[in-house]
Amino acid sequence: MQIIKDREIVEDNWLHLDDEAELVAGNITVSLARWQEQHESLEHHEGGLGLRLSGDDPLEEIVPDLARFSLIVLLFPVFTDGRCYSYAKLLRERYGFKGEIRAQGDVLQDQLFYMSQCGINSFELANPNRLTNALSAFDDFTESYQATVLRPEPLYRRR
Amino acid sequence: MYQYDKYDQMMVDQRVAQFRDQTRRYLAGELTEDQFRPLRLANGLYIQIHAPMLRIAVPYGLMSSKQVRKVAGIARRYDKGFVHFTTRTNFQLNWPKLEDVPDILAELATVQMHAIQTSGNDIRNTTTDQFAGINAEEIEDPRPWAEIIRQWSTFHPEFAYLPRKFKIAIIGSETDRAATKLHDIGLHLVKNHDGEIGFEVLVGGGLGRTPIIGEQIRPFLEKEDLLSYLEAILRVYNRLGRRDNKFKARIKITVREHGINHIRELVEAEWVQIRDQLRLDQKEIDRVKAFFTEPDYDSNAAADTTFEAKLAEDKAFARWLKQNTFEHKVPGYKAVYVSLKKHGQAPGDITSEQLEIVADLADKYSFGEIRSTHTQNLVLADVKQADLYELWQQLQAEGLATPNINTLTDIICCPGLDYCGLANATSIPLSKQIAERFDDLDHLYDLGDIKIKFSGCMNGCAHQSVGHIGILGVDKKGEEWYQFTLGGSSEADAAIGERLGKAIPKEEVVDTVSHLIDAYVDLRHEDESFLATVRRVGVDPFKERVYADN
Repeated sequence: MQIIKDREIVEDNWLHLDDEAELVAGNITVSLARWQEQHESLEHHEGGLGLRLSGDDPLEEIVPDLARFSLIVLLFPVFTDGRCYSYAKLLRERYGFKGEIRAQGDVLQDQLFYMSQCGINSFELANPNRLTNALSAFDDFTESYQATVLRPEPLYRRR
Repeated sequence: MYQYDKYDQMMVDQRVAQFRDQTRRYLAGELTEDQFRPLRLANGLYIQIHAPMLRIAVPYGLMSSKQVRKVAGIARRYDKGFVHFTTRTNFQLNWPKLEDVPDILAELATVQMHAIQTSGNDIRNTTTDQFAGINAEEIEDPRPWAEIIRQWSTFHPEFAYLPRKFKIAIIGSETDRAATKLHDIGLHLVKNHDGEIGFEVLVGGGLGRTPIIGEQIRPFLEKEDLLSYLEAILRVYNRLGRRDNKFKARIKITVREHGINHIRELVEAEWVQIRDQLRLDQKEIDRVKAFFTEPDYDSNAAADTTFEAKLAEDKAFARWLKQNTFEHKVPGYKAVYVSLKKHGQAPGDITSEQLEIVADLADKYSFGEIRSTHTQNLVLADVKQADLYELWQQLQAEGLATPNINTLTDIICCPGLDYCGLANATSIPLSKQIAERFDDLDHLYDLGDIKIKFSGCMNGCAHQSVGHIGILGVDKKGEEWYQFTLGGSSEADAAIGERLGKAIPKEEVVDTVSHLIDAYVDLRHEDESFLATVRRVGVDPFKERVYADN
């Protein structure tokens, strides 16, 4: 499957593992529940490890474990559920997460600009046939009034 | 007033391009109805019964004559030649075509206007007092702060998909003309014991199905911390607000379910983390304040004597002056209401021709600025007393001088079943009938300050639950019925009205208002207002009068 990562269309090299599925080598993501249950065996996983979070999950509880993950997947069950915009922003700015943050679920072109400003840098679009069109959305606006992850100084300090 | 720089202009221009593309994709079938809905709402576009409705932002109710002329032209070209003013000081066009909306937005952008975030689950237009900056009792002009909030809230990437809509109102004096206690966040400029000016912050007010008065979350906030504190409240709400039930998603419910103390703890804990990073620079505060300096007032304005002479010789002028003008902090000036409540006309409506005349009058008499009010009227804020007579005559010729401000016929009314897809019942025709019933001005003045607020459904766009008399249209098995409440207020003494009794059929609504007024006249003490009387005697005596026949 293809995704958008850092504003380019790339082949995805991650496997999102169901809670019942057996562990396999390579880059995998797991749910928070699986991480909490199996975190000792997962510590020794060979390959990249990613964590999937939804807006229902307690973000602050996983902060001590963040260094273990190279990918955090934020789930948007419907595109109107905006909780994970705050999660992305906090992961980047407060908890210093430097790895990949990916939006998954009902991810549409028209939300990419805001998502990217909050620190999300990869996107599994709901409709993977529209990746090329969606790339233009990162340039919908060339400025933001606010301090964002991509532009840490608010506009008023730059004007 | 604030003037866009290249950044502000670029942002609205890019917004137009973005929405033009979104509309194109929707019409081409690339976006579903569900996908397009939040996008169009974030540009003020509703799909109503008869046609789309476009809500155009008037940031903190302030417009230039050039902007007003532009809107008049748009209403003529793309609509039926009139607009409607809302309780949150915005314009509405009731009949634009969906395909035309990108062009309308492009035209608005040429005069530094837009429809950004006038609907949808985002941070809406910040509103304020129509007498901001000219009011003698004011602690500080709230408009620069409203502009700072406008910029912070525009396209805020983290808060574009909130649990529900989010409204902020700010005032600079104790008198509350902006219903701040009924907003998601209410901000009051206050002075602390050391004489420093900052903000008292209220949170969790709101109307609609569950009207709640906002509670204080912070008694005093330093001005430089405004944006960090707002951001902290919004972040807590974005994470905590309910998303399982849209009727429980406003922050008022979040506050009620968790309690103000818990919400305060969460907000303050969040705030300390971002306070330093988001502290406002004095340079920025000064930059914005520089747009709201006093106009070039005539220091001899009070020396004029013609005004007193006209007052003495023309009773109608004197009556209008008493009712429809407001004391200005500068001697020799008055703020003038342009009444959009002519009897027999839909409250808050104004034609393109009238808008253009108001723009001309603003240029001639009031430094080219026009303000819109929470009560769906307009204000020319800086009129010299020597010009008042002439201005009055011209307003009168256009039907804009009905001397009924703050009287029973200055009704706040939503569009109702005649225009709105959500409404259960008619509102505008009945408000017109009420106004016709109370056509005698001397009688109106004798009754004094009575605020009737009339909504056609539970969403309560006309704020009926805080009307001195609130009227709410409900649907009962396909028939229109009306629920009355008494004793509400949206001002500093904010209160939710108490239910009068069982709902009233449509044909008895006007009579019911008459019964309530008759009861008041019988019950009142000398000089006692309607609201004070209701609060003293309670609802029961009114109830007896209204339901006596049943």
